[in-house]
Amino acid sequence: MRVTQGCFSFLPDLTDVQISKQVQYCLDHGWAVSLEYTDDPHPRNTYWEMWGHPMFDIRDAKAIMGELIECRRMHEECYIRLCAFDSTHSWESLRMSFIVQRPSVEPGFMLARREAEGRNIRYETRAYVMEKPEGTRYGV
Amino acid sequence: MSAALQQDPNGMIDLRAEFASAGLETYLAGLDQDLVGLKPVKLRIREIASLLLIERVRQGLGFTTEAPTLHMSFTGNPGTGKTTVALRMAGILKALGFVRQGQLISVTRDDLVGQYIGHTAPKTKEILKKAIGGVLFIDEAYYLYRPDNERDYGQEAIEILLQVMENQREDLVVILAGYGDRMEKFFTLNPGFRSRIAHHIDFPDYDDSELLSISETMLSRQNYRLSPSARDAMRDYIQRRREQPYFSNARSIRNALDRARLRQAGRLMAHEGAVPAEALMLIEPEDILASRVFAGAPA
Repeated sequence: MRVTQGCFSFLPDLTDVQISKQVQYCLDHGWAVSLEYTDDPHPRNTYWEMWGHPMFDIRDAKAIMGELIECRRMHEECYIRLCAFDSTHSWESLRMSFIVQRPSVEPGFMLARREAEGRNIRYETRAYVMEKPEGTRYGV
Repeated sequence: MSAALQQDPNGMIDLRAEFASAGLETYLAGLDQDLVGLKPVKLRIREIASLLLIERVRQGLGFTTEAPTLHMSFTGNPGTGKTTVALRMAGILKALGFVRQGQLISVTRDDLVGQYIGHTAPKTKEILKKAIGGVLFIDEAYYLYRPDNERDYGQEAIEILLQVMENQREDLVVILAGYGDRMEKFFTLNPGFRSRIAHHIDFPDYDDSELLSISETMLSRQNYRLSPSARDAMRDYIQRRREQPYFSNARSIRNALDRARLRQAGRLMAHEGAVPAEALMLIEPEDILASRVFAGAPA
């Protein structure tokens, strides 16, 4: 199941040229771009690992793309997302964020039912890959 | 690129129009207007700009595909305008489309070289990332290399720089700057740098009349001016200051003017009663003659 989140989530995955143009758009607005990766696909997992610091004071997308290539090389079978942080007073939060890499196979989620008191049913979405320990969840 | 568009039916190309469309004239005229003296530097920059323009037209027509080497070295004594010209150079390169963003990142050894093993590479790469799409200006570049210490981390920074200067020529332009003789020695010890640098520009010292007109420009920018007798005092000051150690051209002049403004403020505060608004703009000879440069000299 294809995990989607953030901007452009209804579009097919962006090509590198498209990503580069989006990055340049962010930089032209003075936003700091950062990269994050994870192998926990659950939609409620908001704490992704940071790939280095947010990259402040960068002017050209090429520098960010270099980091992205490096991050992809180190984390081939992970989700990677690109975030743009706007430090403008009163905003001080992310302006945009989108997925720039996903694992080659995404097994998806199971729906678990648990009987609670009074024959109530509690539902839970659980990613199939979460059975395995971190770092071994995708790929070989 | 617009080159193909301006080709008339006879296959002629209007280079003037090409020149105008790049907006180059504003940069070059600005250079002529704002910077006093520096004739050979301005000439070289015009030449480089023409070369780059031709290069761009050739690229547009498909005659060349390779990115030209644009790395430069600026040599000259302190205060001769190397950083100022580098800033303009970034603008020219941006106008011609040889760098994408046109920012100038000015660094020295401290910004590139780390304190301990494994610190240098990330530090240098961090700076390079900031400079991508623009110009990296390395002031006093010879400090990167310390021949007396073979374990100096500067060597590591040099290797990364050389690699980037070769492989990412279309991404950033490196300008090395420093005093002439020491740069010469640096290039002899690091032949890799010399071969990667296309343009060597030497900045001459300013002569006395140029320094005087620089001092007047500096003052008028801050809404001050010299009284006629202060102008003579300033001319005298420049002659004497040049003889003294640590003379650094325009920078010495700027410092001298800062001190003159300080003395002017003291003089006005000591004045009894009201002063005319005009007096707040005027530098008088006594503000300049109080300098230590005149100490011990016959009046």
